[in-house]
Amino acid sequence: MRNPTTAIWSAVAVLAAGGLSWLLLDWLGAFAFWNAIEIGLVYGFVGLGVFLSFRVLNFPDLTVDGSFPLGAMVVAALLIGGDPFWGNPWIATLVAFVAGCLAGLVTAALNVVFKILHLLASILTMYALYSINLRVGDGRPNLSVRNLDSVVDVMDGVGLPSNYVEPTLLLVLLVIAIGLLTWFLTTDFGLGMRATGINPKMARAQGIPTGRNIYAGMALSNGLVAVGGGLFAQTAGFADATSGTGTIVFGLAAVIIGETLLPFRGIWILLAGCVFGSVIYRLARQSALEWDGICVGNSCFEVLASDLNIITAAIVVLALVLPQLRSWSRSR
Amino acid sequence: MITVSELEVVFGQGTPLEKRALNGVDLKVKDGEFVSIIGSNGAGKSTLLNAIAGDFPPSRGTIEIGGRDVSGWSTARRAAWVSRVFQDPLAGSCADLTIEENLALAAARGTRRGLKRALTPRRRSTFIQRVAELGLGLESRLKDRMALLSGGQRQATALLMATLSPSQALLLDEHTAALDPGMAEFVIELTRRIVADEGHTALMVTHSMSQALSVGTRTIMLHEGKIMLDVSGEERDSLTVEDLVAKFRQMRGQSLDDDKLLTS
Repeated sequence: MRNPTTAIWSAVAVLAAGGLSWLLLDWLGAFAFWNAIEIGLVYGFVGLGVFLSFRVLNFPDLTVDGSFPLGAMVVAALLIGGDPFWGNPWIATLVAFVAGCLAGLVTAALNVVFKILHLLASILTMYALYSINLRVGDGRPNLSVRNLDSVVDVMDGVGLPSNYVEPTLLLVLLVIAIGLLTWFLTTDFGLGMRATGINPKMARAQGIPTGRNIYAGMALSNGLVAVGGGLFAQTAGFADATSGTGTIVFGLAAVIIGETLLPFRGIWILLAGCVFGSVIYRLARQSALEWDGICVGNSCFEVLASDLNIITAAIVVLALVLPQLRSWSRSR
Repeated sequence: MITVSELEVVFGQGTPLEKRALNGVDLKVKDGEFVSIIGSNGAGKSTLLNAIAGDFPPSRGTIEIGGRDVSGWSTARRAAWVSRVFQDPLAGSCADLTIEENLALAAARGTRRGLKRALTPRRRSTFIQRVAELGLGLESRLKDRMALLSGGQRQATALLMATLSPSQALLLDEHTAALDPGMAEFVIELTRRIVADEGHTALMVTHSMSQALSVGTRTIMLHEGKIMLDVSGEERDSLTVEDLVAKFRQMRGQSLDDDKLLTS
């Protein structure tokens, strides 16, 4: 916070978020509010993963639509398996991370070794993962892990009110993830990865093996997304092999909303913005559903759950286009 | 020491668009030599530099740097000994990273990039000192994004980045061509000073005949992928731009219709 504007803006943002949350808590009711926060935090991991691929590596990666349910199915299958070692929720979540890394490596290999266009490479992996995810579930697309051990058990002794338990744990895990990523992206290796995404020609001229960085970044990105899936299974109580559709859009929404609301360049602020953006997105989504709609004469309009896709897409498009519009209007 | 032997580079081999960019180039550059390279458009000047840097493998022939045959090596692997400044000032640095982050990238060239902090206090103090030597006042702006700098400032920084870590081949590809005259003069003076002070082995492509003679210790002229002239020492010192143009005409046995370009 060297810059006073940064400090003031941050304070305003935090106060506004606090005030808005208080109003929303009242309007949505405690259960729906905390549920939205919880899902927002789970998808915060997706936001961090998408930040790595989309922003750091400049690699639009649809693999996440497959690696999110992959993480969920791996964790659910291991928890149901009940093995004393592999059935441990922390070990299972770690295995989900590794599985996600492998998915990312496949996409990276398709792109780096076989020169398949990044978008297409990731679509192919995502498509193939559907089969893998069903194999993981032993043919069942839906696994219930309600009442089984989960990472949330670690909070048992803390004595928080039930609404706060899962969000608190998720927040702690996210702070650890953001801390590790901030450290990583400011090392020589991490800086090389950022250069790979910004200017690959310059990166190679400085001796940075760009291909190797794409492998590492894609693995890390999809590993984080799979951890998000694994935590989703443990907090929601089920895993669904078909639940991945739109994961990339949620991740993009998180990254872009975060950037728009916290427009600063510091790495940890950008990363925290992804989580913040994810939570804001979930609250907005929940609010849209809660809205009673408007009536003009006899014809009424109310937001249906099925309308959320087009609303989300519009928000993402708007956030992507807004910076262009700004420079376009300035050039007039 | 850079040794290029019988180097041939053919683009689009076996296609109707086949282009023989280098056609048997032999070149030995001794340590500490500063070679300026001239020639008309399409003569193969940039191709020679890019081939030494490793952007494409030679179709025939070998490239040795410091006694090691690097012909089959990737650009990134060769970068341990090869540093470059591109013609486009935007190409040589990362716009979205800060000046000091760009310098840290360059400081790690030739080392294994591990999980150590990129911006240590020691590196920072080196950067401040080196950037101050440029005399552009950038030492107080190390935390600014590279995108905020002018083309000339970015190119001067790119030159600093290329010489921050030791190299055995400094490749300058028309690195002043995209700058305004004042800034181009500044960057050329900076190049002259840095190369002389630090004793780099350098190859500089230029379009300007006068620059080719006034900068460096040796001048070669390329035409249609071959070295047609190679002068150094007293022979080069006594050469004027007019002599050079005349030599070019005599060698090619044809008149030049782009005299204006060559003498500019």
